[in-house]
Amino acid sequence: MTDLTRISAAELSGLLADGSVSSVEATRVHLERIAAVDGDVHAFLHVAAETALATAADVDRRRAAGDRLGPLAGVPVAIKDVLVTADMPTTAGSKILEGWMPPYDATVVRKLRESDLVPLGKTNMDEFAMGSSTEHSAYGPTHNPWDLERIPGGSGGGSAAAVAAFEAPLALGSDTGGSIRQPAAVTGSVGFKPTYGGVSRYGAIAMASSLDQVGPVARTVMDTALLHDVIAGHDQMDATSLATDWPSMAAAATAGLADGALKGVRVGVIQELAGNADGFQAGVKQRFDETLALLSAAGAEVIGVSCPNFEYSIAAYYLIHPAEASSNLARFDSVRFGLRENPADGPITSERVMSATRGAGFGPEVKRRIILGTYALSAGYYDAYYGSAQKVRTLIQRDFQAAFEKVDVLVSPSAPTTAFKIGEKIDDLLAMYINDITTIPANLAGVPGLGLPMGLAPEDGLPTGLQLMAPAMQDARLYTLGAAIEQLLEASWGHTLISQAPELRTGNTRSAEGNN
Amino acid sequence: MAKANLMDYDKALELFEPVLGFEVHVELNTATKMFCGCANEFGQGANTNTCPTCLGLPGGLPQVNGKAIESSIRLGLALGCEIAETCRFARKNYFYPDTAKNFQTSQYDEPIAYEGSLTIELESGRQVTVAIERAHMEEDAGKLTHKGGASGRIQGADYSLVDYNRGGVPLVEIVTHMIEGAEADAPEIGRTYVAAVREIVKALGVSNARMEEGNVRCDANVSLRPRGSDTLGTRTETKNVNSLRSVERAIRYEIQRQAQVLSAGGTIVQETRHWHEDTGTTSPGRPKSDADDYRYFPEPDLVPVAPSREWVEELRATLPEPPAERRKRLQAEWEFSALEFQDVVNSELLDQVEATVAAGASAQSARKWWTGEIARLANVDGVSPETLVSPGQVAELVALIDSGTLTDRLGRQVLEGVIAGEGNPAQVVEARGLAVVSDDGALIAAIDDALASQPDVLAKIRDGKVQAAGAVIGAVMKAMRGQADAARVRELVLERAAE
Repeated sequence: MTDLTRISAAELSGLLADGSVSSVEATRVHLERIAAVDGDVHAFLHVAAETALATAADVDRRRAAGDRLGPLAGVPVAIKDVLVTADMPTTAGSKILEGWMPPYDATVVRKLRESDLVPLGKTNMDEFAMGSSTEHSAYGPTHNPWDLERIPGGSGGGSAAAVAAFEAPLALGSDTGGSIRQPAAVTGSVGFKPTYGGVSRYGAIAMASSLDQVGPVARTVMDTALLHDVIAGHDQMDATSLATDWPSMAAAATAGLADGALKGVRVGVIQELAGNADGFQAGVKQRFDETLALLSAAGAEVIGVSCPNFEYSIAAYYLIHPAEASSNLARFDSVRFGLRENPADGPITSERVMSATRGAGFGPEVKRRIILGTYALSAGYYDAYYGSAQKVRTLIQRDFQAAFEKVDVLVSPSAPTTAFKIGEKIDDLLAMYINDITTIPANLAGVPGLGLPMGLAPEDGLPTGLQLMAPAMQDARLYTLGAAIEQLLEASWGHTLISQAPELRTGNTRSAEGNN
Repeated sequence: MAKANLMDYDKALELFEPVLGFEVHVELNTATKMFCGCANEFGQGANTNTCPTCLGLPGGLPQVNGKAIESSIRLGLALGCEIAETCRFARKNYFYPDTAKNFQTSQYDEPIAYEGSLTIELESGRQVTVAIERAHMEEDAGKLTHKGGASGRIQGADYSLVDYNRGGVPLVEIVTHMIEGAEADAPEIGRTYVAAVREIVKALGVSNARMEEGNVRCDANVSLRPRGSDTLGTRTETKNVNSLRSVERAIRYEIQRQAQVLSAGGTIVQETRHWHEDTGTTSPGRPKSDADDYRYFPEPDLVPVAPSREWVEELRATLPEPPAERRKRLQAEWEFSALEFQDVVNSELLDQVEATVAAGASAQSARKWWTGEIARLANVDGVSPETLVSPGQVAELVALIDSGTLTDRLGRQVLEGVIAGEGNPAQVVEARGLAVVSDDGALIAAIDDALASQPDVLAKIRDGKVQAAGAVIGAVMKAMRGQADAARVRELVLERAAE
């Protein structure tokens, strides 16, 4: 009997469609897997076992009745806890929202339900998506399935670990500075940050509004594309959502499997992110260079391009992002929802209750960024900080434009290193921040980015990731090229990368329902 | 400061020159809120017109109300403003429980309308042109109710309730440049300016313009400059003055108060002040400095608003005649005295009188009915006159009187019938049988009956005591239940005496 947790969402949907497997079975095996391994991995903050089984039973019933269902109907999915769900608590990894039941579904969650996917639960994340390791979750870190001592990336470490640990075939993430792509890289999974405006942000708890984008997480490029097709599209509830008719990403991925899909494709290697700079791990660079050689051999034209302003991207990001976050997080004030703390002594006034609540409810990284952002927006500093950062952003957009005049796609490692150890960088924040150097430029420019496995680093045997970036709106191009490259790499290895992940200890280490 | 301690107004003006500035908030009457689809309705149950966006829930996002943009552009145009080719919303960050997101979505350095002017005329005939700096779009805050304190204010309250129904209602804030040279007219300039803005938004139909419901709210900035100095004084901002008369009183009070403080060697604190309707005084609010830091930055959840020039010109073509010009024209057309015209304007019945005249009534008759009997009945019922009858019905009533079918007295009965929903005036006349009896035969018969019981009347008239006819006329009118033309009855009685 096939282990339903090990197959792709595409394969599973085929089995569901031809009736050889029910959604209830598929859902149950994933819930069992979660119960068996999530005590060690801690990918989930909440598992909705009963609701998931009921949803799956309903899908099975309607399929039996002959209803026309979507391609992913009955397939389980995990949801990053930054997305509000009307039937599951939503915390964004923060104590300040502990136990909060939203009165509504995020648009992407509504779309999942309308397409009959089966939500399994909510995945762990750095508090309010601030972090690159999931160590900043108020509910404890998620562990990398490749090595439980190591981080699964962040902020969407929970979603990446869930798919890498075979707890779910699909997951939703959100990417503000790399929170989908960097976890994908360090867990050997696939993640996609869509063009800014390609997927609705309504119901995604905002961190940095001009950078945030919801996207799909999976183990294969095709599965990522299938989930992308479910969540993409214009939403009148999000004013920054693009009124574009998106092509089918799954069809684009299929096109990449044809012979010669890479022939004549101009692949730009960003010199500033090519792995020669400080902070890039040797094994990451080695796998990247090998991948470029494979691309050349497959007929692609590999061209070096320079994006000179990318070196300012982290500095600009750490002004724009905290500035917007400081304002977005102002609403967590205890008045309408969430935690309420009274001051330990002295008068109880609304101002003092707000202050006590925020003091108790926000973790140190969140407070740090609120303070940074408040400072950057202050009168007299605005021009020097926020204003200058916006100018850098324009320069980075121009770098992308200039590069895309010469090439069809830009490539870099998804992350400069493999997964570091939990606790290793928690006291060295700049080192932590630098980890996002490869992913941040795409957020600043609003262009799409795809991260996929690039092999294991020789020195530590841990996954590395390849990042592809295309001009805004050209998301489909990334799926075509991503599927082609994935096929090329897997042919060179003779197996998928994720099949090399070590077996996890299984045991009844986690209750199937509720928060932990 | 108690009113007894204020400096005499004339003395204050002798020593200081008042400098004014106004921020008028106009609540737009769009069907939905500025940034979400919730109803923009006054008087609903607390927190019923709310959604994740206007409640500031995690994940909520704003969407711009196109109708509010249109109203803002029309208002900007009516104030003679330039309309921005592109403008942005900005976040004004401050913590307060009535502001759900703890920032107000407003406009900062890119208002939708800028640099206009409004010319007002004072009672003396003096014309003052108020320069408008900007008119920008923003959202209203929720409403706080403080419970348990003696004063209903936040100080001393046990707890406070928040109603977010008003949160997110669209506002246009109209900001003037500094107004110098107001001199002793300063309070009247304030009242007249706010009245003019209110009249414009009403004529445009972009706001319900009810000051008592807070649709139009004025913040009045007042400072005093010592005579002979060219340095501006420190200003105070008296917030939310909610009637025209209060605007005038608040400015006058601030001039007298500030003059007293300055003359006694004190300094004016830059602050907001609360206006107290009951005592006619202001009291300190919160300190306000030019360096107040709201950490404005462009609203990243919204895209810029870029009204096309074609659209702006289309909207310009929809602007009504400016209210001041319209008033001048109508007064001349109707040949009303200043007093008669002011009566119509003050009763807010200009539209009704104009429509009634358009339906065929004479201007004087239209004025008389609307400001007289209709206004009286409306007042009794506590409703607006225009809700009782239509201009067409009033014109029909006037026509029935002009043709002699009705007397004024019968006309009032017909009006009551119309208001009671018995139909149009002609239908009420028919149903109630109220038309004047114009058949001389019927009148003569009634006169004969009256004379039979008062046989000496004819002799008295013949002796020159014409007033004796009154008793007969009264008896006839009574017998005819008022449905006779008293003048005609009198004629017939005198004819009989002359026989």
